[in-house]
Amino acid sequence: MPAAPFLAAMLEFLRMPSDASNATVLRFEGAFARLRRRQRIQLIGFTIVFLVLVHAAAEISNFKLDRLLAGLPRIGEYFGKTLPEIRVATLTADIGHWYYGFWRWLSLLFDTLLIALMATLFGAIGGFLLCFPASRNLAGHLGVYFLFRRLAEIARTVPEIVYALIFVVAFGIGPFAGFLALTLHTTGAMGKLYAEANENIDERQLEGVRASGGNWFEVIRYAVLPQVLPNFTTYTLWRLELNIRSAAIVGFVGAGGIGQELYHAISFNYYEDVSAIVLMVVATIMVIDLVCEKVRHTLIGKENL
Amino acid sequence: MSMGAGSIAPAELASLRERYPRAFARTPLQRVVLAAILLALVAFVVFCLHRFDATPARVINGLDRFAKIAGALFPPTPGEAFWDLVRAMAESVGMAFLGTLIASIIAVPLGFMGARNVLPIWLFRFPIRRSFDFLRGVDALVWALVYVRAVGLGPLAGVLAIATTDIGILSKLFAEAIENVDRKQVDGVQATGANAVQRMRFGIIPQVLPIMISNALYMFESNARSATILGIVGAGGIGFHLSDRIRAHRWEEVGFIIVMIIVVVAVIDIVSHFLRSRFIKAGGNRPLMLQAEADRPPATEAPSSR
Repeated sequence: MPAAPFLAAMLEFLRMPSDASNATVLRFEGAFARLRRRQRIQLIGFTIVFLVLVHAAAEISNFKLDRLLAGLPRIGEYFGKTLPEIRVATLTADIGHWYYGFWRWLSLLFDTLLIALMATLFGAIGGFLLCFPASRNLAGHLGVYFLFRRLAEIARTVPEIVYALIFVVAFGIGPFAGFLALTLHTTGAMGKLYAEANENIDERQLEGVRASGGNWFEVIRYAVLPQVLPNFTTYTLWRLELNIRSAAIVGFVGAGGIGQELYHAISFNYYEDVSAIVLMVVATIMVIDLVCEKVRHTLIGKENL
Repeated sequence: MSMGAGSIAPAELASLRERYPRAFARTPLQRVVLAAILLALVAFVVFCLHRFDATPARVINGLDRFAKIAGALFPPTPGEAFWDLVRAMAESVGMAFLGTLIASIIAVPLGFMGARNVLPIWLFRFPIRRSFDFLRGVDALVWALVYVRAVGLGPLAGVLAIATTDIGILSKLFAEAIENVDRKQVDGVQATGANAVQRMRFGIIPQVLPIMISNALYMFESNARSATILGIVGAGGIGFHLSDRIRAHRWEEVGFIIVMIIVVVAVIDIVSHFLRSRFIKAGGNRPLMLQAEADRPPATEAPSSR
């Protein structure tokens, strides 16, 4: 701790009567100056490293200020074009014209919702099966733990859209590929999270069940599950919120849902469709977030009663 | 398993079972509810699979093809384009870095504007908060596609896409951090006669800066992952090479790129973790939203943490 001698000197200083020529005052001033100097040198060092990193990043990603400035007006222009023309006189007709594809989009959004729900369900099941051998305190063998934990981490690191690209090749275009892609990613993410929850449990309950002759499955069932099930539920609800967002974009690569329609609207410059679809997607996401929050609070409330 | 001295005789167990049936089994009502839930779940899955057009033939054919693809991913080889791939990967990381940086800078004033204790007027705060929700509700990939239309192909669109989503996330987090500051420190500064700007500088900023930096670092980790896919829509980085190789069925190179992504993401996670623990002692708790973002939910909010 670099601050410790400084603090000690300061405490001593505060206890002393004020006297400019006091040795304690001089010691305090010296310690203070040294602390400030060290902080300043550290700050300058960090600033230099940081600026070098910024420069390197800008260089490698070809980020030029003039290109950005040239692009900004075009971005504004683009968003201006996506706004629908709505007059008060012909309000309903204009909105009807804007949302001409409402029922088709709603059906695609329904697909998106189903992809997310199914992927969360199967991902949770997969993660549940994966998490016990992936927990350091339950795997029994360190090699087993290491293997399953790395497996979960790798499955979760690869973005779901990469899986979607591959599954579209294997299973053909459509929501089934999206469901599989999200399920694989969710399995990894849930496996890792559940395993972390398992590792944080109270060991005494494990010992209790083991001492009464319980085998591995009975230990899991009667000592681990009662402790971790509330965490599992929270994590799964969180994952559902994320999966809705992902399910809305896997359609970009042909894996079903509203994404495909959005991709076409943006690619072919159907400006008003873009805003119409994006608003529907965002509204759906907000509703799901709200529902998940409600469920979570209900569960937490019950837990605390 | 041998019977210990304390074990219960079968006859005694039977009588206990008779006297306390609830301790040994579920009530009939519980059993009916459980069965109904299971049945509904199965019906839901069947309905979805039907809607997804998952016929057994399609599943079997698909699994067969997937097994072939998974086999073909090995051994991962870079092809002739090793340095191109390394460059593209570096471009992805650079995009994530710049995007996070731009978003962090813009999110600071926005966060102050969205905080209840800075801007107490609900009428102003409400639209600001809702626009954060909108920005983060739209995925970075959607923003990337839009920016590719607006500013052309290349990493600039990717940087802007990452920055746009992150402005929504970081502004919200910064606003929450500012709302959670300790009033006493602000009051103390005010007691010395400080004005509004000085109160912010010496009362609020020292409390929230570590949290802001640690949030930005978390976002960088998460963005490094998403920057690898933005290239799929032409917004720069390794994603372009990845989707290109997948569409051309060059699976060994796909395998190589996936391995590359896994390694780079792991390295960034380690570096970012090191930085957070080394330089930022406060703000160690990952905020709820970011925990989801980075797949690691909270210990604090979890219902079991009593």
